[in-house]
Amino acid sequence: MSAPTTTAPAAPPSPSGRRRGAAAAAPPRGRRRTPLLLLLPAAVVMIPLVAYPIYQLGLLSVLNFGQAQASGGVPTSFVGLGNYRKILSDGQFWSVLSQTLGFAAFCVVATLAVGATLAVLLTRVGRVPRLVLTTAAMAAWAAPAMTGSTVWSFLFDTNLGLVNKTLVGIGLDGFHEFNWFYDKWTAFLIVGAVVVWHSFPFVMVTLYAGIRAIPAEVLEAAALDGANTWTTFRRITAPMLRPILTIVVIQSVIWDFKVFTQIYVMTEGGGIAGQNLVLNVYAYQKAFASSQYGLGAAIGVIMLLVLVIPTVLYIRSLRRTGNEL
Amino acid sequence: MRIVRRTTAAAVLAATCLAAAACSPGTAVPAGEKAADDKSGTLQVWLYNEAGNAAKEAVVAKAVTEFQSAHQGVTVNVSYIDTDASARAAKMKGAFNDPSSAPDLVEFGNTDLPGYVAAGGLAEIGADLDKWADKGDLDPAIAKTAVLDGKTYGLPWWVGVRALYYRTDLFTEAGLAAPTSYDELVAATRKIHAAHSDTFGIAIGGKYTFGALPFVWDAGGDIAAKDGDKFKAAINSAASQTGVKRYTDLFDEAGCPAQQCADLTGGKTVDLFAAGKAAMAILPNSSRSKVDAGAAKDKYAVVPLPGAKAGSIAPAFAGGNNLGVMKAAKHRTLAVQFAQLLAGPGYQEQMYDAMGNLPTLKSVNAKVAAKDAFLKPFTDTIAAGTRFVPLDQAWAQIDAQAVIPTMLQQVVTGKADVAKASGDAATQITSAFAAR
Repeated sequence: MSAPTTTAPAAPPSPSGRRRGAAAAAPPRGRRRTPLLLLLPAAVVMIPLVAYPIYQLGLLSVLNFGQAQASGGVPTSFVGLGNYRKILSDGQFWSVLSQTLGFAAFCVVATLAVGATLAVLLTRVGRVPRLVLTTAAMAAWAAPAMTGSTVWSFLFDTNLGLVNKTLVGIGLDGFHEFNWFYDKWTAFLIVGAVVVWHSFPFVMVTLYAGIRAIPAEVLEAAALDGANTWTTFRRITAPMLRPILTIVVIQSVIWDFKVFTQIYVMTEGGGIAGQNLVLNVYAYQKAFASSQYGLGAAIGVIMLLVLVIPTVLYIRSLRRTGNEL
Repeated sequence: MRIVRRTTAAAVLAATCLAAAACSPGTAVPAGEKAADDKSGTLQVWLYNEAGNAAKEAVVAKAVTEFQSAHQGVTVNVSYIDTDASARAAKMKGAFNDPSSAPDLVEFGNTDLPGYVAAGGLAEIGADLDKWADKGDLDPAIAKTAVLDGKTYGLPWWVGVRALYYRTDLFTEAGLAAPTSYDELVAATRKIHAAHSDTFGIAIGGKYTFGALPFVWDAGGDIAAKDGDKFKAAINSAASQTGVKRYTDLFDEAGCPAQQCADLTGGKTVDLFAAGKAAMAILPNSSRSKVDAGAAKDKYAVVPLPGAKAGSIAPAFAGGNNLGVMKAAKHRTLAVQFAQLLAGPGYQEQMYDAMGNLPTLKSVNAKVAAKDAFLKPFTDTIAAGTRFVPLDQAWAQIDAQAVIPTMLQQVVTGKADVAKASGDAATQITSAFAAR
């Protein structure tokens, strides 16, 4: 995906944050340490919580380390890139990877479509419907993934599910004891719906706030200039929302790439014959469930690398909006 | 320049880390080094917390009282651990990784044994059991499930085997007797389903490994065969394929339609049969109470699962639990003695009365079978010879990666034929054995 190239036209043309920092690049000697000192509190938290685990992950990924090694039954041995070779030469890994990317893409698009539509709707309705919609969305957001997935599984249960009962009730006999998780695509569709259900509120709230933040004068000026609704959206709303939209997209990509709970719970660990596996569940089945920590760590490193790309884009877009890191 | 300094800082940090060695993955001190053989103090025991555990606790409490009065100055502290597969695995891993907080005696599932031994968690107790008065009474096929490379790591406490439950009302109505061969079983599914289109001929599942394996074993196949001192995948042998085909052929309209049954586990088949939805099911003896609580109550009987040859019994999987002494045990002798008391004839019989678990001692088995006619098909199945999964830590991996269910499901859903699916499974099994 390409980084946005247009800055918000409403913002006065000013040098970006980074360039401003570069302009002040030659401070007096004594003040050089100040940035490092200021970073210290963050470093105290980040190094033990993030850097150290990642270091451990990398270390484990080049070792043959299973339960026998963890409890001291067998000595640990260095296998170099052996774990990586094993994964990358596994045909299933590649099919699961492409499946994960496809599923994440579907979820991101659907989440954005639902979230954006409802955000626009929020700006158009009265106070009471807005309150109802926001509360409902917050409830979906607040529901733990485990609970949400279980409840949705009940709804789509083959024998006792409300959905099948209702469909048969309105005369669609084909859905009598219909197994939604038998076919790969219907299973993905339902799990995708649950993922979207869990994540659209974030998109909706963020975009709603973004739309609200557009100054009324700008819209008013456009109206005075004779702009219709479409032009207003294309020339004003969309460009001013673009930074927020970018953040929301990248955040969704990261979330949906890492989906675990919904797949694991609803398809009972990856679906019939593993047809609904995504990368996280694959890593769990392949490695952690059988205590092959070295292999699991290697999958973790690969996932980390795949995720670093959208993360870098995310950080760049954060800077662009003025939220210096 | 700033970047250079930052890199240096990172390098220094990494170097410190490496030097400190605290950053390498934690490895426990081998468990044996902390072991002891105190003859007094508190004996720590972990047993499984099972459905209807109160009855089990009552029997164990009696054994504890008897043991404590026979050993002055000894207290037995029994904890009941969660039986859920991942919870108990986590608990046991914790005990292996931290020997100082490990118990002395544990109950464990017999398929877990090779993994626990490889982790260095279990003590060898063969010599202690040789001196045990009841050793000769142990069923030999079951005793073998606790032996790895000629060394004994567990005392078989109880077993459960599966047999064929069938609905007497539906069979009588169709004019059928209990099936005595695979062909009769298939014919029964057809005849009953023809009369009751909403009833499954037999409740089976694509994830029901231990329902499928008897068909493979009966056909002369196996998951893996021992070749010298190494295991070799055998699930794709001609005999195994015949067995896989016989099991998966049952997933048809009359047997158990793939749409409904491809993703069922063994546990779900109990529900189907108990609810009166299926005419037959392959269930363990312990499912009796669940079936009696459902619509099928008083309308069923049990026979051994028939093999392909008329009148033969398909070999059942000898599932069950062992008692094992931890390598890190502080009270080794006491732990062995308490295990022998629990697994002795008196308490095995009481455990059967309380929990319905089958005894591992032949004499007690005969006694409970005489007492309860329900058990006869199960004891007959044990007598006909039981089979087991490969005794190797690779089994834990094969099981966790769902190799057998994936194979079954591929065939059942038509994604692959038996040859292709079993070939894929064999590849994974081979790599699991190679991974150790």
